[in-house]
Amino acid sequence: MSTTVFPPDTAIGMAPPKERKGPLRWMRENLFFSIRGSVATLALALLLAWLVPPLVKWALVDAVWAGATREACQPPGGSMQTGACWVFIKVRFGQLMYGFYPLDQRWRVDATALALVFALAAVLPLRESTRRIAALGGLLGGLAAAWLGGVWVGVVAGAYLLMPLALTRDLAGLRSLSVGVRATLTLCAAGAAAWLGGALYGTPWAFGWVALAIVGGTLGLRVHSVRAAGLYLLGLVFPVLAHKLLTGGAFGLPFVPTEQWGGLFLTLTIALVGMAASLPLGILLALGRRSALPVLRVTCIGFIEFIRGVPMITVLFLASVMLPLFLPEGVGIDKLLRALIGVALFSAAYMAEVVRAGLQAIPPGQREAAESLGLGKVQTVALIVLPQALRVVIPGIVNTFIGLLKDTSLVAVIGLLDLIGMIKTATSDPNWLGFAAEGYAFVGLVFWALCFGMARYSLRLEKELRAGSPI
Amino acid sequence: MMTDHRSIPEGPPREPTWTARRIRALAVQGAILAVLLGLLFFGIDNAIHNLNKAGIASGFRFLGNRAGFDINFRLIDYSPASTYGRAFVVGILNTLTVSLLGIVAATALGFTLGIARLSRNWLVSRTAATVIETVRNLPLLLQLLFWYTAVLAPLPRPRDAVSLGGVAFLSNRGLTVPRPITGDELWTVWAAAALGLVATLGLGLWARRRLLRTGRRFPTGWVASALILIPPLAMLVGTGQLLGWEVPVLKGFNFDGGLTLVPELIALWLALTLYSGAFIGETVRAGILSVPKGQVEAAQALGLTPGSVLWLVVVPQAMRVIIPPMTTQYLTLLKNSSLAVVIGFPELVAIFSGTTLNQTGQAIETIGMTMLVYLVVSLTISLFMNLYNSKMAIVRR
Repeated sequence: MSTTVFPPDTAIGMAPPKERKGPLRWMRENLFFSIRGSVATLALALLLAWLVPPLVKWALVDAVWAGATREACQPPGGSMQTGACWVFIKVRFGQLMYGFYPLDQRWRVDATALALVFALAAVLPLRESTRRIAALGGLLGGLAAAWLGGVWVGVVAGAYLLMPLALTRDLAGLRSLSVGVRATLTLCAAGAAAWLGGALYGTPWAFGWVALAIVGGTLGLRVHSVRAAGLYLLGLVFPVLAHKLLTGGAFGLPFVPTEQWGGLFLTLTIALVGMAASLPLGILLALGRRSALPVLRVTCIGFIEFIRGVPMITVLFLASVMLPLFLPEGVGIDKLLRALIGVALFSAAYMAEVVRAGLQAIPPGQREAAESLGLGKVQTVALIVLPQALRVVIPGIVNTFIGLLKDTSLVAVIGLLDLIGMIKTATSDPNWLGFAAEGYAFVGLVFWALCFGMARYSLRLEKELRAGSPI
Repeated sequence: MMTDHRSIPEGPPREPTWTARRIRALAVQGAILAVLLGLLFFGIDNAIHNLNKAGIASGFRFLGNRAGFDINFRLIDYSPASTYGRAFVVGILNTLTVSLLGIVAATALGFTLGIARLSRNWLVSRTAATVIETVRNLPLLLQLLFWYTAVLAPLPRPRDAVSLGGVAFLSNRGLTVPRPITGDELWTVWAAAALGLVATLGLGLWARRRLLRTGRRFPTGWVASALILIPPLAMLVGTGQLLGWEVPVLKGFNFDGGLTLVPELIALWLALTLYSGAFIGETVRAGILSVPKGQVEAAQALGLTPGSVLWLVVVPQAMRVIIPPMTTQYLTLLKNSSLAVVIGFPELVAIFSGTTLNQTGQAIETIGMTMLVYLVVSLTISLFMNLYNSKMAIVRR
């Protein structure tokens, strides 16, 4: 075998290889690198050229944007336009967003959404600039609520907005009081607030709960950061606030029955309630599945495997048709609440499996170390195992959330008018027959934006957490 | 404390039977059991009361009653005079049919998309990625309604149907294709097909043994296709079992004769295939990426063609990673086929938890039976996939 030996100095005198860049070079490397590759490129390009331009022409070029009636798209006697009729979406936009929520009350939905955005901005790991923008939006929303809804709404919104600020202050002085004193103070303040609420509006329970949450949080919890304050806002105050704001009957707002809820608003309500319920339920189920107590373990395994083995639609049927049968006569549960129960149970089972994967990924040494330090069982799980396990499975959790958002569309089957139910109704309106493609394209765009956005956020979060942690 | 230092303890010291910990564990479990049983009795008691009040007789006697509704897609004989029990079987068969069709098509599409997304070709990989990301982020229900309402419903009426070569017609009543007219001795064709299948299995075993012994490959794929297809076809034509084709003819408002694939089935099949195909595509991509790059380089260094590198080196190793999530996808597809209730395709949920429930009011029995079918099928598929998975797993030596 002969080998060529280069004298040591030849490489030094050589010029570096010529920089080869440019579109032609790129095309040769990525599109026409072999005969087969070129054939595939050409065939696919032809197919796309056949498919995409007509689509763009339909959706944008030939589309009808202006007008408010069917005649804009289909002049009487004339033939149908060849382009999309976005007038249909424009006319139905309000219903697609809010359902049949009364027109003059729709600001309540907007206000709730803004309140949620504000609380979420404090909780979620976001860039600092994004958080500032969100906080500003929440502030403006609160002011708008005060301007639209009057003084009392303004006060509630103001309290809501100022609370995280108030809670970030060091309340060490209060914490030095004994537990008994703090509990008494909490109960007294809550009772007073409940009495006040009852005297003013006739809804003592709601106000009592809010007051209990505020006072309990102030006196009992150790709150150090905006994020903790936001979490507490989101977990304890927001549900009551949102419920009262949306259904009415408090703060002098007229009552809006859940039958009138619909559209994107209902879709997001079901998805968010499902997410908020499924994560804690899923964690409990996952812990139960790994429990040493056979009865608890078998119950959890049975529940998880049963739910995962049947279609979601049957679970919804179970909740909507069978649940009333198993309740005492005369106890009627709201249709929306039944759907929420079904959605929450269904996604909890899937969430449990995601969390279980995280629990299994934590090395047993962590638990043993915690126990040897003298931590109790609950402390070990809550402070050592769970935080690490949940961090590992963030992508899985977000995936389950995305699946949940998509699955909420199934409530249309049991007669709720979510975004899909609404577009189904709209496209079967005799005045607007023949515009199904536009309707489904629009709804698809909304869902796609929401799901894709969540997926992207999860990817970023995963990257940041991986960069910041040794795991 | 008295301990015997000489003996070596044979395990952890035995705990006494009655410790505080054990008593607490027993108490907790007893409480859980009591709550569960209490809820169960509470529910059953209420259900009995409510059912009595509504005048609904519980039990499974309704299965023998006359159903009275028609089903427009069925594999076995069924008429409105048939019983609910028969409708139940029709529903199960329809669910299994559409799931099987979906699984086959979605697997093919998924492998295509997954491999295409990893292609060196920029256009191919970007197109695959766009398709996957679009389909994955849209609810299946939306896609189903889109295909059914926005694509298939606006097709022309049978009178103006799109003619495919004058024998098959695409209209808003579905796809109508010619039907083979067969003789009475059709069993001979099936027997030939079965024989071909057995021969294929034998051939596969023999080819594998030869490969292990001599290292020479046998074109199993081609020969197996020939073995499966040719004998039944030969039997069909040769023995005169195929008498001719019944070509659909327009008569009045609809086609007469031929086989019709109802638009509900086409929409469901399309939607399930695309949706699951996109997810399977991602599974396949993850599986292929899990194969170390050195394997590809080694195969290339041995002089294998790109196709051989993919199908003989990469895919078999990727299958180990692909199979468990693929099982999940298959099960999801089976469960998702229940969405057909929205467009009115008569599968199990539509027939049984829909029409039958509405007609009889037997909510507990119908929903319970529907759930049971899905549970049984899910568990069976899981079992088989686990068996296959353990066979494919890396053999540790």
